[in-house]
Amino acid sequence: MKWRNSLCAATVCTLVATAVVSAETITIATVNNGDMIRMQGYTDDFTEKTGHEVEWVTLEENVLRQRVTTDITTRGGQFDIMTIGMYETPIWGQNGWLVPLDDLSAEYDTADILPAMRAGLSYDGTLYAAPFYGESSMVMYRTDLMEKAGLEMPAAPTWQFIREAAAVMDDPENGINGICLRGKAGWGEGGALITVTGNSFGARWFDEEWNAQFDQPEWKEALTFYVDLMNDYGPEGYATNGFNENLSLFQQGKCAMWIDATVAASFVTDPEESEVADNVGFALAPNSEGVDKRSNWLWAWALAIPAGTQKEEAAKEFIEWATSKDYIEMVAENEGWANVPPGARTSLYETPAYQEVPFAGITLESINAADPTEPTVEPVPYVGVQFVAIPEFAGIATEVSQEFAAVYAGQQSVDEALAKAQAITNEAMEAAGYR
Amino acid sequence: MPRAIRTQRKLLTTAVAWFVGLLIFFPILWTFLTSFKTEAEAVANPPLFLNFDWTLENYAVVQERSDYLRFLWNSVFLAGGSTLLGILVGVPAAWSMAFVPSRRTKDILLWMLSTKMLPAVGVLYPIYLIFIRLGLLDTRVGLVVVLMLINLPIIVWMLYTYFREIPGEILEAARMDGANLRSELLYVLTPMALPGIASTVLLNFILAWNEAFWTLNLTAVDAAPLTAFIASYSSPEGLFFAKLSAASTMAIAPILILGWFSQKQLVRGLTFGAVK
Repeated sequence: MKWRNSLCAATVCTLVATAVVSAETITIATVNNGDMIRMQGYTDDFTEKTGHEVEWVTLEENVLRQRVTTDITTRGGQFDIMTIGMYETPIWGQNGWLVPLDDLSAEYDTADILPAMRAGLSYDGTLYAAPFYGESSMVMYRTDLMEKAGLEMPAAPTWQFIREAAAVMDDPENGINGICLRGKAGWGEGGALITVTGNSFGARWFDEEWNAQFDQPEWKEALTFYVDLMNDYGPEGYATNGFNENLSLFQQGKCAMWIDATVAASFVTDPEESEVADNVGFALAPNSEGVDKRSNWLWAWALAIPAGTQKEEAAKEFIEWATSKDYIEMVAENEGWANVPPGARTSLYETPAYQEVPFAGITLESINAADPTEPTVEPVPYVGVQFVAIPEFAGIATEVSQEFAAVYAGQQSVDEALAKAQAITNEAMEAAGYR
Repeated sequence: MPRAIRTQRKLLTTAVAWFVGLLIFFPILWTFLTSFKTEAEAVANPPLFLNFDWTLENYAVVQERSDYLRFLWNSVFLAGGSTLLGILVGVPAAWSMAFVPSRRTKDILLWMLSTKMLPAVGVLYPIYLIFIRLGLLDTRVGLVVVLMLINLPIIVWMLYTYFREIPGEILEAARMDGANLRSELLYVLTPMALPGIASTVLLNFILAWNEAFWTLNLTAVDAAPLTAFIASYSSPEGLFFAKLSAASTMAIAPILILGWFSQKQLVRGLTFGAVK
C-alpha cells in the first residue's frame, strides 16, 4: 500500500513538473482597438486553460507596423505573436517570415473562416495569419434625415445617388454636412478610400505590366467626382479628416452620410457614445453607374507567428484560443453579441442571436462583395482591394495620397495631382525593378 | 521716463508674458481637463471647458489595464542613467575642449552636432542589428547607452559653453597649488560650473524622458518606458481621447513636477552664456 502511494505521489509530481516545464510566457504585439483590448481582459481564461502566461505589447497602429516590421526583417525575436493586417500577411508569408498555420486542430475548424478573409491572409493557398476580426466598408446614413428629405437609400446605392442625397440633406445652417469622407494623407487613411473609389469607377493602380494608370480617364473621373462631392457637401477642412474625425462628426449628428469601415457601426449605434444611435441605417458601399465593382474594401487584423520563435506551440495554442468559436461565445455571453469580434467566421453569421444585431448582415454582405484577387474592372497583376500587396506600396501610396490631400486642401488641381501620382509611381516601380 | 508710462509698460509686458505662457501651457491644461471627461465629452463640439461631469473613470481604466509603476520606473532609470553616464563622459570632454583646445576643437564640436541632423530612422536597422548581436534588445542597459549617445552632443555643447565662462587662470592657480587633473576637475571646475552642470542634467533628463523613437523601437516588455505606455492608448480607429489624455497626464506628471521645482535652475543655466 505504502509502495503504491509513493508511486502515485511520484506520478503526480512528474505530471505537475511537466506542466510547469511546458508552461511558457509568450509576448504578443498588438494594436489598440476595442476588440483587442477586450481580448487582453480575457487572458486569464487562456492561462487557466493552457498554463501559458501572456505579456502584451500594445501600440498605436503605425508604431506597431514599424516595430514588428523591423523585428521580423532582422529576426529580432522580440515577439511570439504579431498582430498584422492583410497587407503584410501575403508578403511576409511569401518571404518565409511567418509560420504556416496549416496544422491547426480539427476543433478549430479552419474551413469556418470567411473565404474572403482566408484568401486575403494566405499566400499560395497556405494560411499564414488567423483573422481576429475583419471589416469592409459601407455607407452609414441618418435614417431620419433621409426620411425628411423624402428619399430612400437603396441597399446597393450608386455614387450618383449618394451625390443626389448629399445635395438634399446638406444643411450648413444647422451644421449638417451632406457627406463625410476621409481626406487625410496616408495609405491606410485617405489612400484606402480613394483607391476603392477608383476601383468603383473602373480605375486601377497598375496594368498587367506594372505601369501606373493615373493618366487614364477613369482616375480623372473618380478623383474629380470625389473632390467635387466633398467640396460641395463635405465638412470644412476634410483634407485632414480620417476615421476618428469623421466618427466624431457623425456621432454628433454633423454628417448625413459617412462611408467608412464596417467596424464603425458598433460605435455609431452605441447610445452612450452617439447622439444619433437610433437613427442610423446601413447600405453597401457605392459604385459608379455601370461599373460592377463597388467601393468596399477588405481588411482584417490577424494573429501571425514569426518564423524562428522558440515558443511556436504555445503561440499556436493562443491563436487557436483567441480566434476560436469558443472565444466568440465567451465574449457574447459576458458582453453581448454586438461586442464580439466581427467578420472572421462564417458560423458567427449563422448564429440567430447575432443575426439580430442591426449591422451584422450588411457587414457580411460588404465583406463578401470585396474580392482581393479581382479588385478592379480591368485585370491587375496584384492582390488587394484598397492596397497592392507589394512591399513598395506603402511608401508609394503614402506619397500619392499626400498629392491627393493637396487637391482636397485646394493647393493643386486634379490634373496636377494625377500627373505627379503617375510620375511618383512609375519612378518607384522602375527603381524597384518591376518595369 | 514718467512713472505712469513705466507702469503701463510693465503691465503690458506682464500681460503679454502671461498670454504667451498660457498659450504654451494650454495643450497640457486641455489634456489634463480631457482626462476627466467621458469619451463623448472629449470630442464634443463645441468643446466643453469646465462644464462637464468630472470623472476619474479614465484613470481607473488606465490603472487597471497597464502596470504604470513598471513604465514609470523604466523612465526614471533610462532618463537618470543616460544623463548620469552622459555627464561622466561629457565633463572631461568639455573640459578638454574649453581649456586645452586644439586646432580641430571647433571642427569636432560641429561634427558632434552634425550627428543630431541625421534622422533617427536612418540608423534604426544598424542599431537594431547591433542590439540583436549583443543581446541588448528590450534591456535598460542598452537603451541607457543609446539615449546617452544621442544626447551627448547637447551635453558637451552646453558644458563647453559654461566652462568657457570660467577663467582658465583659476584652474592654473589650482595646478600651481599642486592639484592634479582629477582634483582640478572634481574640486575646482565642477563646483564653479555647478549651475551649468545642473541645468545640463535637468535638460537632458527631460530630453531622455520624452525620447519616443528609440524607446519605442528597441523595447517590448521589460524596458518599455512611459512613451510606450502612452503609445498603447493611441488609436487611429476608435475615439479613446479621454483615456489617452489620462495616460498622457500620468506620463508627464513626474517630469512636470520636476520641471516646476527646478525651473529657476533651468532658466538660470539656459541663459548662462547668453547674457554676458
